[in-house]
Amino acid sequence: MSYLRTYGPRADPATGLMWGLIILSLAVITIITVLVLLGILVRHGRGHVDAMADLPAQRGSDGLAWFYVGMPMTVVALVAALIWTVAVLAAVDSPASRPRLTIEVTGHQWWWEVRYLAPDPSQAFVTANEIHIPTGEPVLVKLIGADVIHSFWIPALTGKTDTIPGQTNVAWLQTDRPGVYEGQCAEYCGLQHAHMGLDVVAEPPAAFEAWRRGQLRPAPIPSDALALAGREVFLAHCGSCHTVQGVDTRADAARARAAGGALGPDLTHLMARSSLAARTVTNSVGGLSGWIANPQALKPGAKMPATFLSGPQLSATVAYLETLK
Amino acid sequence: MTAWESSRRPRIVRVDGDFPGARLTRIWETEPGLKGWLSSVDHKEIGKRYIITALIFLVLGGVEALVMRLQLAGPDQHVLTPEQYDQLFTMHGVTMIFLYAAPILTGFSNYLWPLLLGSRDMAFPRLNALSYWVYLAAGLFMYAGFVTGQGPDDGWFNYVPYASRAFSPGINIDVYALGLILLGISTTVGSVNFVVSFLRTRAPGMSIDRVPILTWGTLTASVANLLAVPSVSLAFFLLWMDRQFGTHFFGASQGQPLLWQHLFWMFGHPWVYAIVLPAMGMVSDALPAFCRRPLVGYTPVALSTVGTMALGFGVWVHHMFATGLPSLALSFFSGASLIITIPSAVAVFAWTATIWTGRPVIRTAFLFFASMIVLFVIGGVSGVMTASTPVDWQLTQTYFIVAHIHYVLIGINVFPVVGAVYYWFPKMTGRLLDERLGQVNFWTMFIGFNLGFFPMHLLGLMGMPRRIYTYGADMGWSSMNMVVSLGSFLFAVGILLLFINIAISLKRGRIAGPDPWGAPTLEWSVPSPPPPYNFAVIPTVESRHPLWEHWLEETPARSRLDEGLLLDRGRETIGTTALDGEPNLILEMPADTIAPFALAGGLAVTFVGALFHAWWLAGLGGAVVAASLVAWFWPRRVHADMDKADG
Repeated sequence: MSYLRTYGPRADPATGLMWGLIILSLAVITIITVLVLLGILVRHGRGHVDAMADLPAQRGSDGLAWFYVGMPMTVVALVAALIWTVAVLAAVDSPASRPRLTIEVTGHQWWWEVRYLAPDPSQAFVTANEIHIPTGEPVLVKLIGADVIHSFWIPALTGKTDTIPGQTNVAWLQTDRPGVYEGQCAEYCGLQHAHMGLDVVAEPPAAFEAWRRGQLRPAPIPSDALALAGREVFLAHCGSCHTVQGVDTRADAARARAAGGALGPDLTHLMARSSLAARTVTNSVGGLSGWIANPQALKPGAKMPATFLSGPQLSATVAYLETLK
Repeated sequence: MTAWESSRRPRIVRVDGDFPGARLTRIWETEPGLKGWLSSVDHKEIGKRYIITALIFLVLGGVEALVMRLQLAGPDQHVLTPEQYDQLFTMHGVTMIFLYAAPILTGFSNYLWPLLLGSRDMAFPRLNALSYWVYLAAGLFMYAGFVTGQGPDDGWFNYVPYASRAFSPGINIDVYALGLILLGISTTVGSVNFVVSFLRTRAPGMSIDRVPILTWGTLTASVANLLAVPSVSLAFFLLWMDRQFGTHFFGASQGQPLLWQHLFWMFGHPWVYAIVLPAMGMVSDALPAFCRRPLVGYTPVALSTVGTMALGFGVWVHHMFATGLPSLALSFFSGASLIITIPSAVAVFAWTATIWTGRPVIRTAFLFFASMIVLFVIGGVSGVMTASTPVDWQLTQTYFIVAHIHYVLIGINVFPVVGAVYYWFPKMTGRLLDERLGQVNFWTMFIGFNLGFFPMHLLGLMGMPRRIYTYGADMGWSSMNMVVSLGSFLFAVGILLLFINIAISLKRGRIAGPDPWGAPTLEWSVPSPPPPYNFAVIPTVESRHPLWEHWLEETPARSRLDEGLLLDRGRETIGTTALDGEPNLILEMPADTIAPFALAGGLAVTFVGALFHAWWLAGLGGAVVAASLVAWFWPRRVHADMDKADG
């Protein structure tokens, strides 16, 4: 989550400026601290003073030289900081080339909906809590607030931009370095603000394209009996909030009605994601079972209720979810 | 010469033995007993109540912080539930910002102003009492919500839509909304009082370039409050209407969530300056006393105080850099937020120069004031970093900001305030605080504070967001958080030492005498504690340092402190002209009255009624308010007090 080092043209100019200001700040703190300490040491009266009231007050020099030296230095430093600031603002305002890919990220209490837009609807798809981008090109991110205000923040790639209900904000991502970049909601948004992480996975264009094609595939009908039974449990217990492409869940109809709201993430390719519940739980069989059995224990206040599944139902559901690759 | 606007011209007399003190005591003293206590309009009494109440809120807010630090001391802790954590961080902010930081300064200013200005009371003593009682009522109102588990839980900034009814259906946010509107009434009447007192109740000869810097600070803060508080009161009123009557001012579908942020920060940022400028004034006035020389650059410091505030109204958007406003607008606010550093730098250079050109005497109060310069600079430069928009996009909403605001609020408010306690405690009580315990007190606070809050900068740079109730062990934040928690507890021990020192010194402290510091300003010319009437005769002032004139020898005429206008026909003080301080009328001051207390009580009942939709109760409260106002404005017989005093 650190942003002392960043990896892309959206963040890098600000990081340079930040380091410049850190160094300037440390210099100012050091100078003033030394001056105050030295002043006290050099000037304080020798010997024990019993009655301050008897010490005469005198003006001595008027001391105005301090302003004549100090103020021009201050003004020069501030003006330099301002010019650098405006230059960085201009540099990061928009990417150097026109982005070919646009992603719509919606902040929900307490997870991220990620929608890959495409002019051809058959090329659009939805995922959650994990953004994949190709390296070497800018990606436009449209930011939407579903309920309350959240803030989109991938420290190593971009500073914060709020997702505000009723307005669409814009950020962009670009990096040449493949890797996983952590992000986190940065505006207080309620009980589980602490557990609202997301990851940006930057991969070479070929790998990204493979991932994208995978995301476009609807979920297969599972072949083994346990997973098939799990699919029925899923439809009965989970389908009112979660969608799986290729399966007619009740959430599809509800989503068309409400467009957002209390609905949960799309699970079509759940197994392609590294964590669950906005990076609250590792995506493993154990993690998934524990999460489904009692989300409130791991993320108190989360919108996903305890499902009260029996042991066999739970393992069947997990077996089904394991097929959503 | 200004025209004299009163039928009577007071005589000029010399103070001689008990004359005219005994007679004035009878006129000014508050009668003993509960009724007298509830009716007192004495600025010293009200000032002390403000200070004590604010210190109690400081302790409450501090305990809230310590509980949060227990939760955050290690990863994945379960000391608190998320809801408890949210209420705690909200109440911590509300308490420290609204119920401690501003009222403590109001308390000191209330106590000190008439003594600094050579007056017998504030311009509107009853408004003064009202301001205190309403403040107390608002504090109790919000804490009643908190202790019943219905406290505000959306942060002190209370952003919508989270604060709207859809996401916060309980009465939590209503408690906050109504509580803050109530508090706004207190702040407003208090501010009016300071502005008028500054303009009209200074001693003869005290032109506005001779007033202590503290009064410039409080005046500036008061003017700012009068302009800023309406914004927040309106915002909370509209929000309450949204929540109760569905008015849709801030809703996402029919209103505008960002409108809330604009209204809140148009208030919020000036308010930050309002809660530091008077404290900076304390340093500007008291530090020179320990340096045995006048403040370097009185005029630049006074002007920069006012200048800070003027610029302070143009920087609010720096709280909203991440909201998606266009870059051009952001650069303007970035520029304004950087430029506002200039007047602050003036103060820093003035204090440092005062040390270098003076002969500092190291006392506990001096340590607090001198260390404040360093803490101020740390809070200031981190403020410069956040003023730069692209850098702020990373820093905002992280622990870096938590570090920044605490260096600002503890560095520029708490440290000067504790210094002020050491400095003015002898004036208020007649006894000095223990000096050796005081030095331990200082070093514990100073080390604890820096240990607790400096690492927060690093946590912020390591990406730890604010307002999270827990974090994972894999984030790499654990050890630094442990250091922060340890530091915060050490800091709390430091605050505890202050209270221990106060408790011990109240009984056994060294007798102070009128002027233990050999200080320059008028409050040190009267006994400690001061008599109910402050000054036996109204002093006449010839310089900024009436008690140092014999040393400085800078003015041809000397201030006259034990010879002056005799005002003894009832509660009276002198009214002077706004700029030059020429006396031109006698101000008849009101007697003690229970009306402000009753009015505040009626207001509180009205707000409780509104909270629960108990409109009959609101009506009842309104009736009490109306009755109190009638009593308040009932015509008084002129000089009724004089007859009593004569008899």
